[in-house]
Amino acid sequence: MIARRMVALGLAALLAAVLFMTLGARGNWDFVLPFRGRKLAGLAMVAVAIALATVIFQTVTRNRILTPAIMGFDSLFVLVQTGLVFLFGSARLSALDPRLSFAVETLLLCGFAGLLYRWLFGASQRGLHLLLLVGIVFGTLFRSSAGLMQRLIDPDEFLVLQDRLFASFNAVDQDLLGFSALILLAVSIALWRMLPLLDVLALGRDAAIGLGVDHDRTVAIVLGLMTVLVAVSTALVGPVGFFGLMVANLAYLLLPTTRHAVLLPAAALIALVALIGGQTILERVFDYDTALAVVIEFLGGLFFILLVVRGKSR
Amino acid sequence: MITVEDLCKSYGETAVLRDVVLSLPRGGLTGIIGPNGAGKSTLLSIIGRMMKADSGRVLLEGLDLARAHGAEVARRLAVLRQDNHLAARLTVRDLVAFGRYPHSRGRPTEADATHTARAIAYLGLEPFADRFLDELSGGQRQRAFIAMVLCQDTDYILLDEPLNNLDIRHAVGIMTLIGKAARELGKTVVVVLHDINMASACCDRIVAMKDGRILRHGPPETVMQADFLEEVYETPIEVHRLSGRLVAVY
Repeated sequence: MIARRMVALGLAALLAAVLFMTLGARGNWDFVLPFRGRKLAGLAMVAVAIALATVIFQTVTRNRILTPAIMGFDSLFVLVQTGLVFLFGSARLSALDPRLSFAVETLLLCGFAGLLYRWLFGASQRGLHLLLLVGIVFGTLFRSSAGLMQRLIDPDEFLVLQDRLFASFNAVDQDLLGFSALILLAVSIALWRMLPLLDVLALGRDAAIGLGVDHDRTVAIVLGLMTVLVAVSTALVGPVGFFGLMVANLAYLLLPTTRHAVLLPAAALIALVALIGGQTILERVFDYDTALAVVIEFLGGLFFILLVVRGKSR
Repeated sequence: MITVEDLCKSYGETAVLRDVVLSLPRGGLTGIIGPNGAGKSTLLSIIGRMMKADSGRVLLEGLDLARAHGAEVARRLAVLRQDNHLAARLTVRDLVAFGRYPHSRGRPTEADATHTARAIAYLGLEPFADRFLDELSGGQRQRAFIAMVLCQDTDYILLDEPLNNLDIRHAVGIMTLIGKAARELGKTVVVVLHDINMASACCDRIVAMKDGRILRHGPPETVMQADFLEEVYETPIEVHRLSGRLVAVY
């Protein structure tokens, strides 16, 4: 059953990609294919990054309704962006090499996660719940600080900023594609080598230690990989809140297994279908009338409420 | 042989373990008893590496557990904690197979599958092997966790209150199984128990703890004494010999 469903998901993802590339194409293929190909590559990377990040985060925290967003990652991204515009102005920032600003943002995100993590795990052995709580508090702090700066800056600057902050799947950052692809590949290989370890982590701290896993160190590594994945996806399209939650939980629902060798690719495939398929429908059927981010947030939000109401928090 | 040397642990101001010294010889079933807050579970957690001691150390046949490589220890010592809530939807077979992880590192061989099947059979779980854990009764689930620990195929096994929330039939069943494993398979089993009569009836040795100290350690006869138990539990207790066993009445 699992193998059949994986094949079906793979075919669906492939179909979505083919439709995205070919549907409604007019004019010169030499132009259409590279143009859409770049966009497709961007969407695919975002989909995979978000799916992997959410599943490994939920495995480590042993929870199915928390996502990296709750650790304050998207808020930090917003704060960094706002802070840069606040300090240097949008004109000077646009002149900067996007790869450089991406590297800076990723480093900031990783540094933040590392600091928070070391600080909390040094202090307490049962740190994960405390970590989450602090994550929520930090998230609010970052959001409020960003909000304050946004109120202080010039309204024109604010418009530029808003453009950067809203998730947009139409405007995938083209300059970062190659760079992101390399990073994503490296993280995927690292995760692939950790698959059985992730299965053991899902059993919880005590059981993992009993089975001889250096739990705290492994969790630190997994959270580090997750931070890089979040950085890749936010840098490409901006923060996407509920998308990860939706694809991860759909993967759990469709594939009743706990093996990450199945769950991670399944979540990635579902994300690909949702993102590429959704973008295809919006672009070709509705003629760009709505933004995919809004639709995803709406469905994801509904899904989130459903999960909470049904008490599937564990 | 497990040797505990001058183990201390406190949570904030409260000392939970005070200079605990203990040496458990190889083989047999050892019960740890004592009132709530005596430090039984903390002691077991530190031996099982789930917690770090403030000072002191634990040696497993001369191997310092806090410094040893995790996988190396996991091939010699298996631990089952009290609360085994699993978020993951697992079948009994999946769970038991996890016991092979220290040996297979996630790449199970034929031999691992044989071990898994044997552990499932040993606990009489064959009819439920492909059921999900959340579809089992408390006793069956507890047996599945014990099967996982047995499947780890270690010389030493630590169990923290394996009889919690079980009715008499399942409690007796599990205790008999644990005793059988200790004797038949030659394992050294240490188990935290609340029921002193169960400890008296099933264990080869009993360790009595109170206020973070070990008060007595020896065969059931040395611990099952009315005045001593009254001191430990601060409750009037009588001890009688009934059909060859020492039974505490309280």
